[in-house]
Amino acid sequence: MEKVYVNMTTGGPISVYVEDGKITRIRPIQIPAEDYPEPWKITAQDGKTYQPPKAVRVSQTIMTERNRLYSEDRILYPMKRVDWDPKGERNPQNRGKSGYERISWDEAATIIADEIKRISPKREDGMYDGHAITAITGSHHNWGIVGYKMAPFGRFFGMLNYTPILDNPDSWEGWMWGAPHMYGFYWRLGQPEQFDLLEDALKYTDMVVFWSNDPDSTHGIYSGQESNIWRVWIKEMGIKTVFIDPFYNYTNAVMDGTWFAPRPGTDTALAAAICYQWFVDDTYDHDFVERKTIGIEEFKAYIMGDEDGIPKTPEWAAEKTGLQARRIRALAREWASKRVALGGGVRGGEGSACRAAYATEIARYIIALQAMQGLGKPGVSIWGACMGAPCDFTWFPGYAEPDSQMGKSRAAEHKFALTNPTQQRLYRLTYPEAIPAGHGEFIGDGFCGQSIEQQFNHHEYPIEGKIKMFWRYGGAFMGTMTDTNRYAALYQYAGENALECVINQDCWFSGETKFADLILPACTNLERNDLGEFSVSGGYTTHACIGNNWRIIVREQKAVEPLGESKSDYDIFTLVAEKLGLGDVYTEGKDENDWAREYWNLSELSQRMSWEEFEKKGYYIVPVPENYESHPAFRWYYEDRDCDTQDYLNPKIKAANNMNTLEPTEHSKELGSYSGKIEFASESLKKLSPDDQERPAVPKYIPSWEGHESELYEKYPLQMISPHPRFSFHTHYDKHASWLNQVPVHRVMVNGYAYWTVRINPNDAVARDIQNGDLVELYNDRGSVICAAEVTYRVPKGVVHSYGCCAKYDPLTNEVGATDKGGCVNLLTNARFLSQNVPGMAPNSCLIEIRKWGN
Amino acid sequence: MARYGFVFNVERCNGCFSCFLACKDEHTGNCHCPTCAATTECINLKRIDEVQYGSDDKVKVDYMHYVCQQCADPACMKKFPNEIYKRDDGIVIIDPEKAKGKKEIVDACPYNAIVWNPEAQLPQKCTMCAHMLDAGETVTRCSEVCPNAALLFGDLDDPNSEISKYVAEHKDELEKLHPEFGTGPAHWYRHIPKPFICGEVVCKDTDECCKGAKVTLTCDECGTARTTETDFLGDFEFRGLPTNKPFTVKIEADGYKPCELKARTKASVNLGEIFIEKA
Repeated sequence: MEKVYVNMTTGGPISVYVEDGKITRIRPIQIPAEDYPEPWKITAQDGKTYQPPKAVRVSQTIMTERNRLYSEDRILYPMKRVDWDPKGERNPQNRGKSGYERISWDEAATIIADEIKRISPKREDGMYDGHAITAITGSHHNWGIVGYKMAPFGRFFGMLNYTPILDNPDSWEGWMWGAPHMYGFYWRLGQPEQFDLLEDALKYTDMVVFWSNDPDSTHGIYSGQESNIWRVWIKEMGIKTVFIDPFYNYTNAVMDGTWFAPRPGTDTALAAAICYQWFVDDTYDHDFVERKTIGIEEFKAYIMGDEDGIPKTPEWAAEKTGLQARRIRALAREWASKRVALGGGVRGGEGSACRAAYATEIARYIIALQAMQGLGKPGVSIWGACMGAPCDFTWFPGYAEPDSQMGKSRAAEHKFALTNPTQQRLYRLTYPEAIPAGHGEFIGDGFCGQSIEQQFNHHEYPIEGKIKMFWRYGGAFMGTMTDTNRYAALYQYAGENALECVINQDCWFSGETKFADLILPACTNLERNDLGEFSVSGGYTTHACIGNNWRIIVREQKAVEPLGESKSDYDIFTLVAEKLGLGDVYTEGKDENDWAREYWNLSELSQRMSWEEFEKKGYYIVPVPENYESHPAFRWYYEDRDCDTQDYLNPKIKAANNMNTLEPTEHSKELGSYSGKIEFASESLKKLSPDDQERPAVPKYIPSWEGHESELYEKYPLQMISPHPRFSFHTHYDKHASWLNQVPVHRVMVNGYAYWTVRINPNDAVARDIQNGDLVELYNDRGSVICAAEVTYRVPKGVVHSYGCCAKYDPLTNEVGATDKGGCVNLLTNARFLSQNVPGMAPNSCLIEIRKWGN
Repeated sequence: MARYGFVFNVERCNGCFSCFLACKDEHTGNCHCPTCAATTECINLKRIDEVQYGSDDKVKVDYMHYVCQQCADPACMKKFPNEIYKRDDGIVIIDPEKAKGKKEIVDACPYNAIVWNPEAQLPQKCTMCAHMLDAGETVTRCSEVCPNAALLFGDLDDPNSEISKYVAEHKDELEKLHPEFGTGPAHWYRHIPKPFICGEVVCKDTDECCKGAKVTLTCDECGTARTTETDFLGDFEFRGLPTNKPFTVKIEADGYKPCELKARTKASVNLGEIFIEKA
């Protein structure tokens, strides 16, 4: 007998079909047409009225959800490394080499609890001082606010008073560290608001520029393929599109837009030359610049060369970028004559260009370009072309909202995430060095969403004491961070500060799993109950549901029993907490369903549909009101009005009534920069970082520390970019969902092995005797990776493209630094930060060489 | 009676492979007999080829979809009338019981749309999710998930169906795949990748992009001509050209000498920078 359940994923809501206790198929959520509310309507510049289909368009990877659930990579039993003895020899040097033995849950939980007790002094209040414990998660291997990392994980480690590892904003580095110094929005981690920009573009925009932006691949992050149809409308309406990207990306391909391929790391030179042309032609919006910006004279002095003697002419930029000067000039002129929506990534910001050396500068230039053309004027926006649909904004907590975090929520009595007194912090990009060295320093609080000044907070490790236990949860950094052999080396380090106990808790065997001493099998959200909203992370991206055609909240229903002995993360942490004598403290007597009900009841949506009704129906679609009023991003700013968008973390407006009402304050006309205006010369940088030549007050083109102008270029003459992937989400779905190996543009089957793809220009391929489909070795002084070559004009000469986020780490030997045939090109990238005071990662500043493998 | 079919709008397809993967989800390990036996992981009832054409910065990427064409007069059925039959709704079915062990059926399709499942010892192909239609559904798994509305499914015999209306509206731009096979394929394709000729017009005196130049493409064999204008970058292109034909490209801009170039569409031709001289 077939039963159908509903659930939610990173790429959208689904219906799950089960027969005899097994999932047989998974479809986009099946909602009868009559159950959909009236879809929104937009009348566009072509006079036509556009409406979304009454259906949900999930990400392509979601079609493999069943395949991933039943993957051979699932971890089914708790395991212990054979030569790790908590009472004797721990053999850290053998991590990644020795095998495992199956143990029971009781044994696993007892060992872990004993280890925690051994290294954590008991405090007066009966809790543990767990500063010697550190832990870190990946993101988005599952979806659901009860089970997400900030919930059971955050609550458990907060309760243990552990040492947090701060995440870097790995997808939008340049935006977070750069943009707030120009226009504020630190409360959105540097990303611009996107409200109602779909209507604005369809009605008023003449040209859309995608700068390092590939929404057809990166999906507005969690919005599945909901916005694809908008871009079809844009194309078929005849709105011109321009793509600036060293890779002829998939959105470019389907929209058939004009392609500009600057050398990686030279985007800023191109932008500066466009500004130059506007100054020379006097084709910028003087009125807006005068009213709503400061610092234009300083900026102009740099652009025109008054400051450094180098006018930033199209000819100058042509030399840097490899583009033709006349095409740069023509682009500048066309741009000035039209109303342009410019996207630097799916959320306005993001994009591979912002993950490169000095990438704070390109983020600031994208704002500068639009500021010169009157940002907020109808049709003129910073828009990633995949957010900004009409929406009812009644508040419901996303996973990153305090209210849906088990350690912070109003639903929790003990707010453990807020009471941890441990002061020391580690940083995701540097803990592989800091832990073995027994010392580390860094600046910034990782996600700096509280203030601009937060970017300059100084952290030192250790304060309370050194780390002894490392708990890794969900995913692997081999495929996502930089110079990632560092992450393997940490595990095998056997010196004085060696990790004594490493735990890995995950649903699947991932790249880092085999380095653990204990492996704990977690189940997926198809095997437990939860609830979650489509695409909404909450927190620093308020109302991400505007990336969807439909706002849908789903009661995630357990479809099958957890595979093997796997358990929900909540149950795993509860089990260990019980062994520590903290079971009731951890759960407060609640099971996962209790938490789910409380979260639902915290939201106003519970007044529209009761919990009982929601449980029964399984989903709620939030209708867009018939009299919906559009409040486009930045329009209020352009028109010198109080901010009227639903940007409820904006401290210059006041959120009330459970986040549902926003009231102006006396500062509501201002942006979040120091002056309240767009700053061509940054006041906050002048004050906080006055002598910084690498993130100067006026944004500049600074030659990459690893690019075509650097010394290393002679030895390694290929610039590799590794943008966010198309057929995986972070590292998820790749490897675990083997069906994806059959997608010929994702991995290439050679001799029965699915190799990661690297794209190389025909000229570079010929020079290296490489043909399409050949196995090739990508290498530099940091590492070596085998990929399958795709010889293509989609990258210009000198540029190599291979997606980051490969899940398969498959080194030829167990030695750190060995050639990887899984495809983790991040092994090759430089761990150097964006710049001296900007601790972000820059994987797209990477020089390599390629040779045929096996010769 | 119904006749089901697809429209593949190649120009709208972004190569997300959602349809391909949904098809795998529907069929891998799932038996839908009597219309289709379970497939295994390596069996794909649908194939999508990425087609890249053009060169340098004038490149295009399209996706061609290959599935059983549900022919009116199927070549496979002609050869294997006992194992293959056509339903009243036009769907061609390989009987999983009768076709067992008959690998030769794979070669009976001129479209190469039949694949061999070595584990089940069965020739298999797309059934347009006949089991779902039989259960009262109106979509196939592949058409259900297309985010760009590039893949339409429906009853081609029903003049009121969405697909029929679409076919009627775009008749001139629609093609069948290999009509020369003479088997009466059901599906329609819009914008099958074909060679294009492009170039970039530059004013030699100023070294600036020549916007708004008139470009005429004439087929040297049949004399048919098309015109276009260069865009703000001086770029022009002519898409959808027949293969291996000789063409003349003529460029005319006010104040400049007209200029003519020759191109043969063995593949797409990027004429590159074309410098025009002051008159």
